[in-house]
Amino acid sequence: METFFFMIVAAVAVLASILVITCKNPINSALSLILTFFCLATLYVTLDAPFMAAIQVLVYAGAIMVLIVFVIMLLNVRTESGRRSSHSVLFGSLIGLFTLFQLFYLFNRSSLTGQKGTIDSALINKVGHTELIGKALYTDFLLPFEVTSILLLVAIIGAVVLTKKKI
Amino acid sequence: MLGAYLPILVLVAIAVIFGLCSLVFSSLIGQKKPSVVKLAPYECGCEPVGSARERFSVKFYIIAMLFILFDIEAVFLYPWSVLFKRLGMFGVMEMGVFIVILFVGYIYVWKKGALEWE
Amino acid sequence: MSPIALDIAIHLAKIALIFFVVLTLAAYLVFAERRILAWIQDRKGPNRVGPFGLLQPLADLIKLLTKEDFRPAGADKWLFYLAPAMAAIPAILTFAVIPFGAPLQLFGREVPLQVADLNVGLLFFLALSSIAVYGVALGGWASNSKYALLGSIRGLAQLISYELSMGLSLVPTVMLAGSLRLSDIVGAQEGIWFIVYQPLAFAIFLISIAAECKRIPFDIPEAEGELVAGFHTEYSGMRFGLFFVGEYINIIVLGGLATTFFLGGWHGPWLPPFAWFSVKTLAFAFFFIWMRGTLPRLRYDQLMHLGWKVLTPLALVNILVTGWILMLR
Repeated sequence: METFFFMIVAAVAVLASILVITCKNPINSALSLILTFFCLATLYVTLDAPFMAAIQVLVYAGAIMVLIVFVIMLLNVRTESGRRSSHSVLFGSLIGLFTLFQLFYLFNRSSLTGQKGTIDSALINKVGHTELIGKALYTDFLLPFEVTSILLLVAIIGAVVLTKKKI
Repeated sequence: MLGAYLPILVLVAIAVIFGLCSLVFSSLIGQKKPSVVKLAPYECGCEPVGSARERFSVKFYIIAMLFILFDIEAVFLYPWSVLFKRLGMFGVMEMGVFIVILFVGYIYVWKKGALEWE
Repeated sequence: MSPIALDIAIHLAKIALIFFVVLTLAAYLVFAERRILAWIQDRKGPNRVGPFGLLQPLADLIKLLTKEDFRPAGADKWLFYLAPAMAAIPAILTFAVIPFGAPLQLFGREVPLQVADLNVGLLFFLALSSIAVYGVALGGWASNSKYALLGSIRGLAQLISYELSMGLSLVPTVMLAGSLRLSDIVGAQEGIWFIVYQPLAFAIFLISIAAECKRIPFDIPEAEGELVAGFHTEYSGMRFGLFFVGEYINIIVLGGLATTFFLGGWHGPWLPPFAWFSVKTLAFAFFFIWMRGTLPRLRYDQLMHLGWKVLTPLALVNILVTGWILMLR
């Protein structure tokens, strides 16, 4: 039952992501990408990671894609103009093949999937996913967390510098 | 675990069916007498002037970018607020540092006039 | 009946109940709004269809269904069709996590009056409300009309701005309850409601949800004085109806959430829990209608200033001050 469900969701995700790169109209690409994010969120839920699922929708589908849709609306890009150059097609397929090869190589080495962490479904169901992530983030990974704020600060300044003519 | 999400899946299905049904019924039942004038975009009864495909101020763009950044900040606040009582004073301090650093960015945005609409 | 079949039956009953009650309430909220506004403005309001005009929503439904359903020339076909559904569906789904009554004892088992008691319930609500912007944005953009485009761009910027202050104002309630689960948040308010500890957060949340519902004084995306009807100018028939009903469902859902987060959910003396929840939620709906009858519309720059320069920093400071005080206690 669960495998069947996974198959459906994964198939929709793959289809939607193919649509992202084949749609001529940028807004349809953006919508397909949102659908892909929804499928990813569903997969997170089936993997006992509801916090990740919520964040996936909240940040990716609800904030980053809003920016992309907003830009498409503001610039009024209707359809893609110009053809894709053969260079980019060649380059893209090379990268795709390389990544595929890498994935196969990694999965065939059993040591990659052999080890398990200490956190499993039983623990998540007992303590809660949000609590586990929070505990790791605010005690063990305190420094990366604080550095994130500096990263966000840089991004805020960058956003202003990019869009303001006079600074 | 998954059991909790099944009812939501059912509700999603019902809501989608409801939405699509009302759209389909509306286009089936309603009468259809289109004419060129009727299908013209509304512009106070005048002939439409120019095109509705204008470009917009970059102002809106910066609002969307700042929204992403502050939204991510908010996301960091939720796990913290759940664990707040267990983390104790130490937790308040670390989140204080986090928020103060971002407040610097906020003040920068304000001082540079990115939040002004004239 | 076997336990599993009973389980499924109970769940389906709850889902059906929620769905129909919310839809009917939304339809009658439109009617109530017209009557209450008429009363505020010393008019009669709709009173012809049925006793006291009570069948007006039905008449409206028939009218909307039989209206000509046209698509303006140059509109993006699929987006124009789908945008109303994108606006209405997230509003319905949000109701899934709201506890609307105390757990019942049915057939020897405890049945929580809530479709799904997620342990990330609050984030579920925020995620859905961040998705709800697409209906407004794409509907206006697809119509190929200047008013609609202006309305949807204004609407998008307004919705994301106030989403921020709405999300931040909920952090103190989570700090007090120690959980993102909505039933835990309600449970933590058994003694004293969170509005007592967090009046500022409640005020920020209330203003933000008024803006999220696009109600006067925050109805700049559909300001009829200048933008005709904003993002749904070109919509007719049931497609317009879906936008409309979505907006009123949103009022009920956000009222219910305000009740859950700050007014103790279904807790209250004398009356049964379900009644308390309904009374509080409808009080919010009445408050929004009252606001529409009383307040003038904000200018766009004032609206953005309020969101970005007042509510967001206040919410952040409120979080830190709350943390500080709770630790000193």
